[in-house]
Amino acid sequence: MKSLEKFNVIFLGAGLGLLGVAFIALGLIPSLMAKKVKPIDVFPQQVPEDFQAYYKSADEYRQALFQGRDLYAKEACWHCHSQYVRPVGNESLRYGPVSTVDEYQNRLQLPQMFGTRRVGPDLIREADKKANDWHFVHLYNPRDVVPLSVMPSYPWYFNADKTPKPDAVALVAYLQWLGSWLDTDNANPTVYDTRQ
Amino acid sequence: MNKNESSETLVSYPLVKLHLAIAVFYLLVVVLAGMSFALQFLNMYPFPGVELLSPGRVRMAHTQGVAYGWLANAFFGLIHYVIPKLTGYRVYSEKFGYVLFGVYNALVLATEALILAGHAQAIEWAETPQILDPFIALGVIGLVFNFLYPVWKARGQSYYVTVWYVTAALVWTPLVYVMGNFLPQYWLPGAGGAAITSMYIHDLVGLFVTPVGVGLSYYLLPILLRKPIYSHALSLTGFWGLAFFYPMNSVHHYLFSPIPMWAQYASIVASVGIHVVVYTVIFNFFATVQGDWRCLVNSIPVRWIAAGALCYLLTCIQCAIQVTMTAQEIIHFTDWVPGHAHLVLYGTFSFWVFAWVYYLWPRLWKTKLYSESLAEWHFWLAFVGVFVMWLDLLGAGVMQGYMWKQLVPFVDVLQATKPFWWVRMLSGIPILVSTFLFAINVYMTWKHRHEAVADESFLTAPLAGGPEQKPA
Repeated sequence: MKSLEKFNVIFLGAGLGLLGVAFIALGLIPSLMAKKVKPIDVFPQQVPEDFQAYYKSADEYRQALFQGRDLYAKEACWHCHSQYVRPVGNESLRYGPVSTVDEYQNRLQLPQMFGTRRVGPDLIREADKKANDWHFVHLYNPRDVVPLSVMPSYPWYFNADKTPKPDAVALVAYLQWLGSWLDTDNANPTVYDTRQ
Repeated sequence: MNKNESSETLVSYPLVKLHLAIAVFYLLVVVLAGMSFALQFLNMYPFPGVELLSPGRVRMAHTQGVAYGWLANAFFGLIHYVIPKLTGYRVYSEKFGYVLFGVYNALVLATEALILAGHAQAIEWAETPQILDPFIALGVIGLVFNFLYPVWKARGQSYYVTVWYVTAALVWTPLVYVMGNFLPQYWLPGAGGAAITSMYIHDLVGLFVTPVGVGLSYYLLPILLRKPIYSHALSLTGFWGLAFFYPMNSVHHYLFSPIPMWAQYASIVASVGIHVVVYTVIFNFFATVQGDWRCLVNSIPVRWIAAGALCYLLTCIQCAIQVTMTAQEIIHFTDWVPGHAHLVLYGTFSFWVFAWVYYLWPRLWKTKLYSESLAEWHFWLAFVGVFVMWLDLLGAGVMQGYMWKQLVPFVDVLQATKPFWWVRMLSGIPILVSTFLFAINVYMTWKHRHEAVADESFLTAPLAGGPEQKPA
């Protein structure tokens, strides 16, 4: 048993070896499996109707999605809103279809924002559940539309006359994109939308 | 042991002092940030509408400050102390140590500032802005080199258990850091990235904070009690158990997610396996205290270690329950999880660092602790605070989980959680107050360092008011 206390055994065995095994088994292999899955095409070919006033081309819209994603990251939206629906806890009734691997194999998921906490509701099925204007008001001051909300307000994304700055539009474009690749009709949900 | 070195020149004492002082400063920052964020849940946030102090950003500054400003700084300082003492060799270079101290803390400060300025990276526990990641990785590699050098030089000796833990942690930390900060950011999207991220989330706590914290306590406890640790075999089992099980716990942070199910099952089995690790460590600690229970009353450092060990036991029992799929269905995404996190990083590892500071800080300045009664207040306020917070958040989590499953409207669940959030905020007050008492004690001890101490015997006696001397 003395050998288990030697520098080389600790350095190579415990340090590199066991971490390496775990990394390959539970990090690398699942990643390679995910890469083999045929990804869903999540980027629309044209600008969605509600955003045609803001974006002229599909390219511009696509850039806005990345811009919105970056804002979502830096404001830590992902700390309080998860982005995956689990197959348990009646979540598919509350939010929509259960998440699958192929939805997440795209560049907007670098890094992924599955999240680990739901202070607010999950957002991966957010597309079309609310109007753009609802989102703008909600970002400006959540309590104007959801009186009991505990979400922080984000007034710095709005001009003095309360019209949205380009950042706010990009953020809402991103939120309205989440789940838009599915065929479900979120505007007329067949599920119980019991979020409010 | 290298006989040519006296213990006075072996340790770079100024570096130990600097790291510990900065750590205490960051602890003040993070408790203030935590308290502010807790007020947001009651719509009483002190700085509403201020972009640079937006609650989401402050929350990231809180967690990053805990991990890198407070715990890592304290750990680096204490490794500067224990590794030369245990190996008989100095770190590679004291000058390099100063450079690393400066670079590391500049990076921590930059991390906090850039997060508040809106440059955070969207990876949990790795919110350090992408632009800083390569520099931090280099800094950590430098630290590892500086610390592993004496361990490597002493490779002919038999190491004490602390050295195993610290050595392994030093090998793991840079690898884990590079893995978690770069792979999900640039190469692996979606489920694969999540598998790596979960490994980073877990390994930062499991392969850096845990081994260093446990290793440091293995050093301090026998010194405080003036007797050897209870069992060498248990130490060895605990260490190798940690090395085997902890790295594979990862995926349990994303159960029921699109990560392959077999990986989720494997991580659950490994998570239950950590019972082996924890029970050996806890048993070893308490079996060492056995026979000297009065130390829990007499000695503040022993009491902090014991309280930390109690929290460690509770978190790990909790862990093995909460990773089961039955429990995950309910408690995942709820307040249960932050409850668990506070008992781990505050209740366990911060408590163990407190034990060290109360033991070492007066000795570093060759003086007495400024106030025993402030230290008592610190202990009881922190202990009560963290337990109230823990129980409160567990209760909130279970309630939220069942209400969500019953499809109660989301805002009604928020409304039902409000009383729990009040208790959570109020439980933060004793923690906040106790942290300031702690900082005052540390500062005043330093300030009175030049005052002559009438009786210097306590400097050599390992424990002021410690175990009663048994007649020879």
